[in-house]
Amino acid sequence: MTPSRKERQGRLASRAVQATFLIVLIVLWYLATTRWRVSPLLLPNPVTVLHNFWDILRTGEFIGDLRVTLTELAAAFAIAATSGVTVGYLISRSQYRIRVFEPLFAGIYSIPIILFLPLYVLFFGLGPASKIALGATISFFPIALNTIAGFGYVDKTFVVAARSMGASDYQLFRHVLMPAALPIILSGMRIGFTVALLSIIGSETIASLAGLGHRIVHLAEGMEIARMFAYIVFVVFIAMILNTCVSVLEARGKRF
Amino acid sequence: MALRRAMRRPWVARLAVIALLFCLWEIAARWFVDPMFLSPPSRVFMSLPAVFETRGVPAALRLTFWELAVAFALSVVIGLVVGLAVGLQPFARKSFMPIILLLYGTPQVTILPLFILYFGIGPASKIAFGVSHGFFPIIVVIVAGVQNIKPILLTSARSMGASRWLVLRHVIFPHMIPSFFAGMRLGMTGVLLGVLLAELYVSTAGIGHFTTLFTQNFDPTRLLGLISVLAAMAIVLNEIVRRAEVHFGRWHAD
Repeated sequence: MTPSRKERQGRLASRAVQATFLIVLIVLWYLATTRWRVSPLLLPNPVTVLHNFWDILRTGEFIGDLRVTLTELAAAFAIAATSGVTVGYLISRSQYRIRVFEPLFAGIYSIPIILFLPLYVLFFGLGPASKIALGATISFFPIALNTIAGFGYVDKTFVVAARSMGASDYQLFRHVLMPAALPIILSGMRIGFTVALLSIIGSETIASLAGLGHRIVHLAEGMEIARMFAYIVFVVFIAMILNTCVSVLEARGKRF
Repeated sequence: MALRRAMRRPWVARLAVIALLFCLWEIAARWFVDPMFLSPPSRVFMSLPAVFETRGVPAALRLTFWELAVAFALSVVIGLVVGLAVGLQPFARKSFMPIILLLYGTPQVTILPLFILYFGIGPASKIAFGVSHGFFPIIVVIVAGVQNIKPILLTSARSMGASRWLVLRHVIFPHMIPSFFAGMRLGMTGVLLGVLLAELYVSTAGIGHFTTLFTQNFDPTRLLGLISVLAAMAIVLNEIVRRAEVHFGRWHAD
């Protein structure tokens, strides 16, 4: 279906509004730092920030911190995904267990688990271990909850039909349960990935020795505000790239 | 026999699971783990009065509660106003929703130091950071709620001669109530996260000062006590908005 001319014009107009909004924002930022003399300690000049940004990319000084953060993220997500799917699957095998554990998990998930960061620091120290443990804990819950929802609420008729046609346990799992549950589990994994990323950067910001969050705080404390802005832009870009990758993987997995 | 029959009820079993976890914690802390790092729940519970007697702790808790309340109220107001302004106009929705979703998707923790820089280490920065987490989900849910109103209802109200205000008052508002409360719940989750993150980040005053102090002094009893009080606060606030959502969401059935 090709969009009508009016629709296309409408889309063009809203794109124009978006572009104008961005341009106005940047122009205001520029004017604030040049004309209106906002202190560069509060708001650095956008051009300076851009220079710093290129400098960070060119010298490659981000690599160390990026590696720390990504390693923590990968470890935390791997732990959360395996344990979340396993625990979720085991719980989903009986209605009774679902009714016992699902509200429990949902209740814990609604508490801001970042509160327990001081405990994790006490147990695991300031290094990557405390971030991995916290990130794994936080992202465990959405993955487990979605796995329970995925396996637990498969339409009974399909299961009965497959059984009556003589499907074995494996065949039932492979051809009925898995295809029904996979999209929901993948959504849970995407949410888990996002919250793991957030909590890892957050805990690096609060208490750590290395990593991107630590770098931003370090620059803030050293009053190198332009550099800090550049790092914030960098981290936002990284987060966007990671989230896009995960969404693409999720979409591809659902098609399979 | 009676026990087995009782265990068949999910909530009894759920309580049993929680009790079992506490028992394991008690046993681990009493006999297996260094008391520098973990203390048993019984001792944590007994030390709650001591936590409240620590100079500055009650004031910090009260302040945190106020920050949560103010941040939540501001998030709801801003979220509602922006959500309606963006949601009611198809053009505004198409133009601004992508920007809002983009901002919502960026990790706001990265700009936490900026909030402290602009608003200082007092309550203002924590409220602002809480609001920045709280109002995006409310906007998104409100916009979705407005969008889901059946066009036929709007058309028929208009064709019967309802003014803009009357349509808003009698068609849009009643239909928005369930999504409004759903948004409030998500907003509360965001506000709790934002305010507590900022509280933990600032280690020179408030809750963050005491968690840092207790951690550095290897005083897990009081650390756990303080965290439990905050967790209880979060649970109660979450439960209030969740009850409200269940109560007002059920009314809507068509």
